[in-house]
Amino acid sequence: MNHSELLTQLSEQYVSTNQWCALWPEIALALLAVLVLLIDLFAGRLRARAVPFAAIAGQVVIFAVLLGKLGTCDPADSGLLFSGMILPTTLSEVMRLFFLLASILVCWLGMLYLRKQDLPRMEFYCLTLIVTAALMLLGQSSNFVMLFVALETVTIGFYILVSYGRNSIFSLEGGLKYLVLGGTSTAILLFGIVLLYGAAGDPSLPVHSGDSLNFLALEQFLAANPNNVLAKVGMVLVLCGVCFKIGAVPFQIWIPDVYQGAPTPVTAFLAVSSKAAGFIVLINLVTGPFGPMASLTVPLLSAITVVTILFGNLTALGQRNVKRVMGLSGIAHAGYLLLGIVALIQGVELAAWAVIFYLFTYLFGSFTVFGVMSHLAGPDDENQEVDHYVNLARRQPFLAGVLAIGLGSLAGIPPLAGFIGKVFLFVVAFQANLYLLLGVAILGVVISIYYYFGWMREAFFQEQTWPEGKEEQLAPIKVCLPHKVAMAALAIITVLLGIYQGGFGGGF
Amino acid sequence: MTDFNSLLLILAIVIPLAAAVALLFGQKLCPCAAKFIAGIGFLAPAAIALWLWGNFGEAAKTAGYAYMSQYDLGMKDTLGISLYLGLNGISAPLFLLAGIVGLAAGWQAINAKAERLPQYLLLLLIMQAGLMGVFASIDIFFFYFFHELALIPTFIMIGIWGGAGRRSAAMEMTVYLTLGAMLSLLGLIYIYKASDWTGFDLIALREYVSAHSIADAVQHNIFGLLLFGFGILVSLFPFHSWAPRGYAAAPTANAMLHAGVLKKFGLYGLVQIAVPLLPVGALEWNPLLIWLALGNILFIGLVTIAQRDLKLMVGYSSVMHMGYIFLGIATLSVAGVGGAVILMFAHGLSVALMFVLSTAVYARTGTYDMRDMGGLGMKAPLLAGFFVAATMASVGLPGFANFWGEFTIFMALWKDHAWAVAPAVLGIIISAIYGLRAAAAIFMGAPSEAFQKASAGKAIGDITRAERIPAIILIIGLVLVGFWPHSISTSINEELMGDSVYQPKVLSTVQTPAAATPAAGHAHEESAS
Repeated sequence: MNHSELLTQLSEQYVSTNQWCALWPEIALALLAVLVLLIDLFAGRLRARAVPFAAIAGQVVIFAVLLGKLGTCDPADSGLLFSGMILPTTLSEVMRLFFLLASILVCWLGMLYLRKQDLPRMEFYCLTLIVTAALMLLGQSSNFVMLFVALETVTIGFYILVSYGRNSIFSLEGGLKYLVLGGTSTAILLFGIVLLYGAAGDPSLPVHSGDSLNFLALEQFLAANPNNVLAKVGMVLVLCGVCFKIGAVPFQIWIPDVYQGAPTPVTAFLAVSSKAAGFIVLINLVTGPFGPMASLTVPLLSAITVVTILFGNLTALGQRNVKRVMGLSGIAHAGYLLLGIVALIQGVELAAWAVIFYLFTYLFGSFTVFGVMSHLAGPDDENQEVDHYVNLARRQPFLAGVLAIGLGSLAGIPPLAGFIGKVFLFVVAFQANLYLLLGVAILGVVISIYYYFGWMREAFFQEQTWPEGKEEQLAPIKVCLPHKVAMAALAIITVLLGIYQGGFGGGF
Repeated sequence: MTDFNSLLLILAIVIPLAAAVALLFGQKLCPCAAKFIAGIGFLAPAAIALWLWGNFGEAAKTAGYAYMSQYDLGMKDTLGISLYLGLNGISAPLFLLAGIVGLAAGWQAINAKAERLPQYLLLLLIMQAGLMGVFASIDIFFFYFFHELALIPTFIMIGIWGGAGRRSAAMEMTVYLTLGAMLSLLGLIYIYKASDWTGFDLIALREYVSAHSIADAVQHNIFGLLLFGFGILVSLFPFHSWAPRGYAAAPTANAMLHAGVLKKFGLYGLVQIAVPLLPVGALEWNPLLIWLALGNILFIGLVTIAQRDLKLMVGYSSVMHMGYIFLGIATLSVAGVGGAVILMFAHGLSVALMFVLSTAVYARTGTYDMRDMGGLGMKAPLLAGFFVAATMASVGLPGFANFWGEFTIFMALWKDHAWAVAPAVLGIIISAIYGLRAAAAIFMGAPSEAFQKASAGKAIGDITRAERIPAIILIIGLVLVGFWPHSISTSINEELMGDSVYQPKVLSTVQTPAAATPAAGHAHEESAS
């Protein structure tokens, strides 16, 4: 009786407030996923077109509404929701937009990819939608239980998505590797959470809490007990779990194979959304519960930053497979972003915005490149070599131009968005006096020029000893108008963000 | 604040960009239309630069800057970055240089018969816009930004339209210059930090520095970053190896703009930003800078003598002459720095001229190897005349602008670093040796066997109108300043005299202010002649 009373009380509490409204985008995405299922059931012959159309159009509508609401409602008013599970902030609102945008683009790439494959179509969109909803929740979670559940929803979705190309052994191999290593990292993360829970719930310690998985309670506990060994170990383990998501060294080992094996849209999804999710969690953690532990997190993350930047850039140098290049250079980008995180821990408030801005530039730059890659990829998706881009400027000048803008932005060449993103990060690093890390970052940027530029070089500068007959073997690449518009829009945004940053610069 | 002339200043950047965009969307246009659009894109900045420079003396100035205008592009509040344009006494002549060389290079390119001409012109126009922007920026972030904007087309143009070895040359240049650019970017952000986050506005930064002083150790570090960052971009010895190879591989118009104008970015940055803001740092790095500059002059000078490839020779000689400009900056005096700015102007014109003429020679001989030439003077006397004049100019003979630059630099050098004058003057002899040897090998004597064989049955004409016009534009500039240095030295002198950093009492112990103005003095003498 007691139980049911409590349950009624709780449900009344939830029903009577409008807490659920705060989560309407996630709920709408879940409904959209169900709608996609229904369309697939009933649309009959139209389903090949109707499913992606519904998925993309639905997300565009949610995106538009979210964008219109951005800044109008003050999230500070709403405060903690669902007994402290969810804490919407301006940051998480912006990241919602980010994940939605990435998801729309992933669906678009999915259309390009599935066109060339003999695979079921509907599940792809359904999974993407659900993963995106979970990513949004992840950005707002303010309790380790919520964080873990959201993270697992994301990860399990990705297990399926990575091995979506079930006809390709590379995709299956990638899926298995991701499953094994992802499972390991989840175990590490969970162990860390449990240690924190145990330490913070110990009644013999000051400021212990019955709700010790809550970020706020944990922060107060860690501030009162900065030298608790158990909590320290737990925190390091949690950071390790997050570092796996962002692909920081030494948890990068899965990246090249998984990125290569996964279908191109999933690679883009992993590269952009999964990494961004890792960073938003990291931002929430270091400004929240791990804030009092700066003396431990700064050296730890600094060391990881140095190794990550160097490892990513150096290993990308020798790659010929462009998906591996994107993966390994993505490790380097994670390193630059970690620079911003370290600055954030040092108390530079602008750093969070620098990281977000960089993530946006990374999104636009990456999807521009992935769009071109999807056009050039054949049915064997994992086989995308730099050599396939030889003479692209002659065969398809539009794609080559878009590729140049995308790669240029990733390399951080002005006047493109990626450059401003890097400047932002450098400025906040200066504000935090991180000279060593800055030096390493500069070195990394210079190294990265070599492989990005080498890729562009294949596309633009034809070999002088190019045999005459060989050129004709290459099939002409057709780009349909909608795809052209999409890629042109991405490229134009990349250029515009490099010149005009109104809104972003002021932290929205 | 935005009056007509300020509007013209921003138009000098926008018009080439607009022309580039027009070419991008007008790929299907007939070649004449493309050439016409590009022509406007090159002519307009040159005309605007001439007009603004002509009116510079009378223009209303704030903090030494005329034609100011400011636009917020979204980072003013957070980072203190805004598009802030204007010209001061140092940047006005260089802005003019960018206009003139741009016009000459544009003319050369329009008549170059390059493959895929619209794209070629498009990239060149972007470069031109960047160049105009570099010297018109008061905001040091945009100063850097415009430099990079001009740099990117360089890589692409070398890669697509370059000569032999372009793939590796383009790659080497890209990696090298990115390193230089990144170091200077770090230095510029460091200045931002060291000035208590004043912003990137040069005027505000100068006010900050005159009110507060930056700690010596910090100045030392920042100046080191900027010296090597800018130094790599200007091919300071031992970081020069990208330059000759890059220029040898670059298409002519591109090499003209890069060697002539874009490379002045680093020097301009040292003169306008690094030295005035960080005088103590400059003083500390000075001895090293002098040694490196002498390395440029002597070491590269000897390497230049050994060159047999005409374009490589021009590339190396351009690297060598950077040594003089660095020496001028290292004197940290009004005369030396003023001479350096004059030499920047003069060198920009003369090296562009050398590239035009080398290409004209190549068009006739089919090779850049000077051993396979000879006797061209008989067939192309006018070209020979131009070439000898260009050689004289780059050696620094009186009557050409280069002379005044080098002369005042030596004068200034004599005061504090007399020992360095002898090796520097030796450099003049070296440059006379390779210059005259090249002229002799190409134009004098009997045609070599290889040349005879290659030119058998072909009529070799004299310099054509398409080649002549850019050459004449550049020579007029050189001779005009050569005989009337007052025309550009006045504004430079005024600007430098107004800068407390260059006043002798600040940096050296024994001089009187009056002794430090030979640049102006000589200008008067010469204009009287």
